[in-house]
Formats: sequence, C-alpha cells, structure tokens
Amino acid sequence: MNKTLLEVKDLTKYYPIRGGLFQRNKQYVKAVDGVTFSIREGETFGLVGESGCGKSTTGRSILRLIEPTSGKVYFDGREITKLNHQELRNIRKDMQIIFQDPYASLNPRMTIGKMMEEPMIVHGISDKSLRRQKVREMLEVVGLNAEHGDRYPHEFSGGQRQRVGIARALMHQPKLIVADEPVSALDVSVQSQVLNLLQDLQETFRLTYLFISHDLSVVRYICDRIGVMYLGRMVELGERDALYDRPLHPYTQALLSAAPIPDPEALRERIVLQGDVPNPANPPVGCAFHPRCPYAVETCRTTRPAFREAESGRFVACHLYETGGEPVA
Amino acid sequence: MQTDRVHANQSVSINSNYQKARSPWMEGWRRLRKQKAALIGGGIVILFVLIGLLAPVLAPYDPTEQNLKINLQPPSSDHWLGTDDAGRDVFSRLLYGARISLTIGFFSVIGSLVIGGLLGLLAGYFGKWIDTLISRLFDMMLAFPSILLAIAIVAILGPGLFNALLAIAIINIPTFGRLIRSRVLSVKQEEYIMAARAQGMTQWRLIFRHVLPNSWVPLIVQGTLGIGTAVLDAAALGFLGLGAQPPDAEWGKMLSDAKGYITNAPWLMLCPGIAIMLSVLGFNMFGDGLRDALDPKER
Repeated sequence: MNKTLLEVKDLTKYYPIRGGLFQRNKQYVKAVDGVTFSIREGETFGLVGESGCGKSTTGRSILRLIEPTSGKVYFDGREITKLNHQELRNIRKDMQIIFQDPYASLNPRMTIGKMMEEPMIVHGISDKSLRRQKVREMLEVVGLNAEHGDRYPHEFSGGQRQRVGIARALMHQPKLIVADEPVSALDVSVQSQVLNLLQDLQETFRLTYLFISHDLSVVRYICDRIGVMYLGRMVELGERDALYDRPLHPYTQALLSAAPIPDPEALRERIVLQGDVPNPANPPVGCAFHPRCPYAVETCRTTRPAFREAESGRFVACHLYETGGEPVA
Repeated sequence: MQTDRVHANQSVSINSNYQKARSPWMEGWRRLRKQKAALIGGGIVILFVLIGLLAPVLAPYDPTEQNLKINLQPPSSDHWLGTDDAGRDVFSRLLYGARISLTIGFFSVIGSLVIGGLLGLLAGYFGKWIDTLISRLFDMMLAFPSILLAIAIVAILGPGLFNALLAIAIINIPTFGRLIRSRVLSVKQEEYIMAARAQGMTQWRLIFRHVLPNSWVPLIVQGTLGIGTAVLDAAALGFLGLGAQPPDAEWGKMLSDAKGYITNAPWLMLCPGIAIMLSVLGFNMFGDGLRDALDPKER
C-alpha cells in the first residue's frame, strides 16, 4: 500500500476548567485523550462519533489550529508538533482544512476572489495576474463561474459557499485536507454534489482526506478506512467494509445499528444505549464506555482498555477482544 | 447517498445574469437611505460642514472686528443675529465658530479613534498581559469624570485650541478602545479567522485584513456619535476659557461671554446655544441611523 502521510501518536487536548479559590485549575475536560492513528497517502480516512466526542478537536489539533496538550503528529515525515511559528506557516500550504459551516468560515467583508488570492500572497506568489488567473481556474474547478470572484460570500448559497471553502483549501494543491464535517450543514441534495466534488478533486489532485463526520452513511460512501471515537478516545479503527459488516466494539455496534436503512421492510436489531454520554470533565474510570455497555465486565470498570490490533488492520479498544476472540457475552 | 452520481461540474447553475457585486458597505448605504432621521441628521451635519468650510465666503463681516458704537444691537437687516458687547457681528462669529467646533470634533475623534482603536485591537487580539495592561489603563482613565480629566489636561498643557483638541482626544480613547476590544474578542473566535490562520497568514495580515475589517463598524458609529460629544466638550472647555482664546469665535466662549447680557441681549446666548444643540443633534441622529444601517445582525 501507499506510504504513510500522516501519523498521529497519543494525541491529547485537555481544556482546563478554572474554578475555586484563586482560580486554580481544578479539572480538565479531556476533549481528546490519547488518540493514535495514521493515514496513508491518497486514502480517505473517516473519523466518526457523536457530537462532543472530540472529532473536530482532533482534526484541528493535527493542523495545530488548536495547540495539542501532548502527543505527536508526523506529517510527511516531519514532526508538526515541533515546528516553530514560521515553519508551521510554511507547511500549511500542504495541509488544509474545510470547515463545517460555510456561513461562518468565509470572511464576510472580503470578496471570494480576494480570499482565494490570499494564500498565494502569503506564500510568496507576487505576480498579480498569475494569482487572478489561478483564482479563476480554481473557481471553475470547483464548479463555480470564474466571474464569481468579485462577489461577497453573502451572495452565495450554502452549497456554493462550501465550494468556495474547498477552492480556498485547494489553492496550493495541498497533500492533506482535513474535511471537518464538510457536508453536515448542507441539505441532502447539495450534500451529494459536494461529496462527489470532493471525490473528483481527490482523483485530480491526488489528495488525502481526513474526513470528519457524524453521518454514517456519508462516511460509508466516501471513506476507505474509518476510526470511531467515543468521549475523546478512539475505540475502533478498520477498513470500511469490514467495520460496517462486522463492528467489533460494542459502541460501534450500537452506533451502526442506529443508522437508518433505506428500506422500510428491513429488519434488524436496534441496540439502544442506556443513559447519556458521560461528562468529559469526569469520564468514567476504566473503559469510558462501560456505564452504557451491554457487555461490560468487571475489568471494564477498573482498567482502561488498550487500543490494540485485534485482527490485521483492525484496531479496537475493548477488553472483550484482548484474548483475540469473540465477545465473551 | 449512493444515488445517481451528479457530476459536480454540471450540477451548479447560478443565476447567470451577472449582477454587480454588492459590498457590505453598499448594503449599509441602501439601508441608511431608508431612514428619515438619519438623513435629516446627515443633512444637518453636511450643512454645518459646508458652513465651516465656506465661513470666509458666507460671513458678511469680519468675526473679530470690533465696533463699540454698535454694540449689543438686536437682530436687524444689517446684523442678522445682532451684535455682541464688543460690536462684533454674531452671525459671522457663529459661522466661524462652526469651523472651530467641527475641527475640534472631527480631529479629536480621529485621534482617539486611531489610538484607542489600535490599543483595543492589540488588547483584544493578543490578550494575556497586553490586555491586562491596556485594559487597566482604560479603567484608570474612565475612573475620572471625563470633563474633569480634560480640564486637568488643559490646565497642565495650557489653554488653547490645540490643547483642548488634544485633551478631548485623550479622554475619549478608552471609549473607543473598549468598544473595539470587545468586538475583537468575539471576532477572533470566528471560524473565518481560524480559516485564515489555516492558510498560513502572517500575524499582521490576520489582524489588519481579517480581524480589523470585521471589528470596526461599531467604531464608525461610535465615532460619529463621538463627534457630537466632542463638540459639546469643546464648548464646555471654551465656556471655561480653556479652549479657543479670544478673539477667536468659539461657541462655548460666545456663550460664556453672553452670560452678563441674558436679560438685555438674549440673542447672544440663544444663537451659539442653538448652534451647539443643532450640530450635536445632527451628529447623534446620523450616528444612530448609521448604527441601524451598519450594525444590525446582518445576514
């Protein structure tokens, strides 16, 4: 297979909650708590989980848009987490991000042409007509008209704005794009257009995606490999088909059983989880999922399961698989 | 999701009849035009600005020329608004007064806007000790009643037109500074700022091309309103004899000179009073309209 483009090792991001006398830090919200995975060149890696599980924080920490608390990120052989300000600025050409909300991620006081020109200005393309030319080209590439560069974001629809966001991310032909829920804010008909656009662009520009989403059908459609997160931790990782056909972790099983099947006759067992997602400031001891897990055993309450390879290319953090067999229950 | 694959490039149809781009400013102008009060205010402001600019042309007499033979004359066809105790033409003095008041108002606001805006921008963007330092400075300045602070500053620098302008500029710094600081605090959390950061912007480009343009609209509104306040402050300093010095025609000074003649020559007091009131009213109405036009939670 292709070489590894991005490697994330034991990434954590803790947010302090200040409180008490003299504002001493008393607690931390563990938004991302020891996440490890790697992405191969040219693939689309999906990161799924419910809201608040740390998907977006993971994506942003990888790009150091949020400073991670600890852990290492290697991109194309370089350790991102060690770069200084200037080096980081330079490497941003190669790693870009597409945001969820196309209404919030475009500067409302700049024409989209100016906005798309900026990355070229800051990375030293001083020829103005060349920049203009590239903007026009890129607008066409993402399916807008070259003339649209003179317009302001509020003159576009959500789907069009998202295309602008994609075009902006593509200006330097990056190697990696973190797509942070790129279609979640769009309605379904536009979703498929934008997803197809992303796939076309992947072929054309040989892009690698880290695709963050809570929408299981979208992830299944676009991703090659998938990581499932729960409460700041990665609980399962595997090839798409293997993961969808035979989820290992009880949380993944429940999650997949909740995704609608477009067939009214279809019968299946819906696993309904009890309780709510625990407070990430005070996660359960042991496996974070144990209070809601139908198969929880004594070890789950005391020891945090390691994230280990259960089968070839298949990782899971669950005590039930530590012997390498089927769930005990 | 796995339906027929719509090809991206043929799927977009944007209304092809291309219209001219509407910038946020033009949108604001469109809304401003709909507001009567703002237009009246704007009219008054323009009127006073024209008066100030054209004072030498419009004034029938030299504003400082004394003629004691005709002092304290009531309004007549010769002297439209009468004459003062030194026989100077009140109408001419009023016109020249507009010049002084507007100069002080305009330039003091520019001064406090630039300095306050810059300090507030730095405080809001960089936070931490820079914010603490600047914010405490603002707090200290706001702890004094502003006119008292202005008087103190003029007392130190010495009375005069320029020093009054400087004093008024200084006392208004925290107003603008705090306004933009709070705005920057919220703007820097916006996703488009993070997006710009993801592009690899330099710090300064981020501040001046992305944060500032999205933060300064309230400053423009506050600036317009601030000119009105500054005109009032200038009149107050003039009234106390700390602003423009005689024989310059200044509204506040004219008011204080008229104190002794309230009963036998009321026009001396009424004319500059009304001029002050009208100009402040004009700036306030225009500023309020601007706020409604530029500030609302647009889009």
